[in-house]
Amino acid sequence: MADLPTISALAPRIARGELRSEALTEEALARIADLNPQLNAFITVTAEAALSAAREADKDIAGGRSRGPLHGIPVSLKDLIDMKGVATTAASRLRADHVARRDAPVTTRLREAGAVIVGKTNLHEFAFGTTTEDSGWGPARNPADPSRSAGGSSAGSAIAVRTGMSVAAIGTDTGGSIRIPAAACGVVGLKPEWDEIPSEGVVPLSRQLDHVGPLARSVEDAALLFDVLRGHRPLALEEKPLWGTRIAVLGGYFFDRIDEGVEATVLGAIERCRSAGAAISTATLAHAASIAPVYLHLVLADASAYHAASLAERPAAYTPNVRLRLEMGRYILAEDYIRALRGRAVLATEIDRALSEVEALLLPSLAIPAPPLGAAAVPVKGGEEPVRNAMLRCTQPFNLSGHPAISVPCGRTPANLPVGLQIVGRRGRTRELLQLARSVEAALASET
Amino acid sequence: MTLEQWLEDARMDAFRRKLPELAELLEGLAVATAALRDADWNDDASGRHERDEEPS
Repeated sequence: MADLPTISALAPRIARGELRSEALTEEALARIADLNPQLNAFITVTAEAALSAAREADKDIAGGRSRGPLHGIPVSLKDLIDMKGVATTAASRLRADHVARRDAPVTTRLREAGAVIVGKTNLHEFAFGTTTEDSGWGPARNPADPSRSAGGSSAGSAIAVRTGMSVAAIGTDTGGSIRIPAAACGVVGLKPEWDEIPSEGVVPLSRQLDHVGPLARSVEDAALLFDVLRGHRPLALEEKPLWGTRIAVLGGYFFDRIDEGVEATVLGAIERCRSAGAAISTATLAHAASIAPVYLHLVLADASAYHAASLAERPAAYTPNVRLRLEMGRYILAEDYIRALRGRAVLATEIDRALSEVEALLLPSLAIPAPPLGAAAVPVKGGEEPVRNAMLRCTQPFNLSGHPAISVPCGRTPANLPVGLQIVGRRGRTRELLQLARSVEAALASET
Repeated sequence: MTLEQWLEDARMDAFRRKLPELAELLEGLAVATAALRDADWNDDASGRHERDEEPS
């Protein structure tokens, strides 16, 4: 990604008139035309509207006007976020004829900040999966190895950022759907705290677990987008060393069933943080083994409630695997849902306790490298693990608890596949998490 | 409802709806539900699960 510039590098050049938004947008559209037939990152490309918006942005600069921190920057939207006049397909043929009547609030905020929206990106159908194999528009493919998944569900968003189809992207995360593809593709992905960014105008999977957030080429860009999406004036992150920062590695369960190459890369990154002066301790969650059962009962039942009418009327419009998972949710008993809600509260309290003496938790974002498309199980320490379980293992607890979490690229496996380091912050401290992630990013860059 | 009874009813319903693949998935869900029901945060009207302290 070193060859692809960040928003922080591009925006001042556009503002000074040294770089035209039209040229930057044409470059993004050319990459989409070149790479999308293979990688399948976009469902809809809004080329004409994007070029028109880019020309307007250039006129504004020529007239001495700047719309905001994203003035003239090409950005993509996951295709379950409404953009007025364009289909929000959620990667499902069920919604192929849908046309959004208005922009989602996050789309409005991007436009008000000057962003040029180049299109809507591919995802696992209705965001209900981690591999983006089950999409009504076909599977998305990993730029590092197109025979592999780009993660999910926001796969198209991560591919777009990684390959220059857009400078940044907006995704959603219900169990890891921003952080998983960010790790699998080697970009930064931020899941803010729950409800920090409005989810109105976004097709839900589970409203109590859904989070909207950015995927970007640097932590600084993710911070800028976070501020724009929550409607705040962006504040620059400081150049701050890690020295003396108290961080805990979340061990046990999160390193038990992990790919050995991913484990070595993550542990190497943690050692680099220690070398940079961070005070590293360890923590565990007593009920970590309950995370997956708790998550499963909530997300299945919530998703099934949203889809009940369409499942009854047009079951064949869904991809077969997503349909079956949605059907499964219809059998969950209310008493088990209540048990899961109680478990969710227990886990959230345990995560708060783990953070009580430290500023952040460190763990892998994704326990395995990007899996081969079509794989049902993958090798991990101690045997094999179903792909879905392996991919959600490290991210879903923070959807249950609502804590802010970010995935930062931290190296590659021996097979040259990207690995992500996940950093989890305290509630109400997403800006502090971003500041710390910026310092971690710098520490990792200084020693690679 | 016991988990065994729930699974038997759910599987029968899946077969009735001509969704045999769903029956297999429901067996996996039953494993997760068993883990959820066994968790130590669950309480019980009989008082059998009462502890000195709340779950950590």
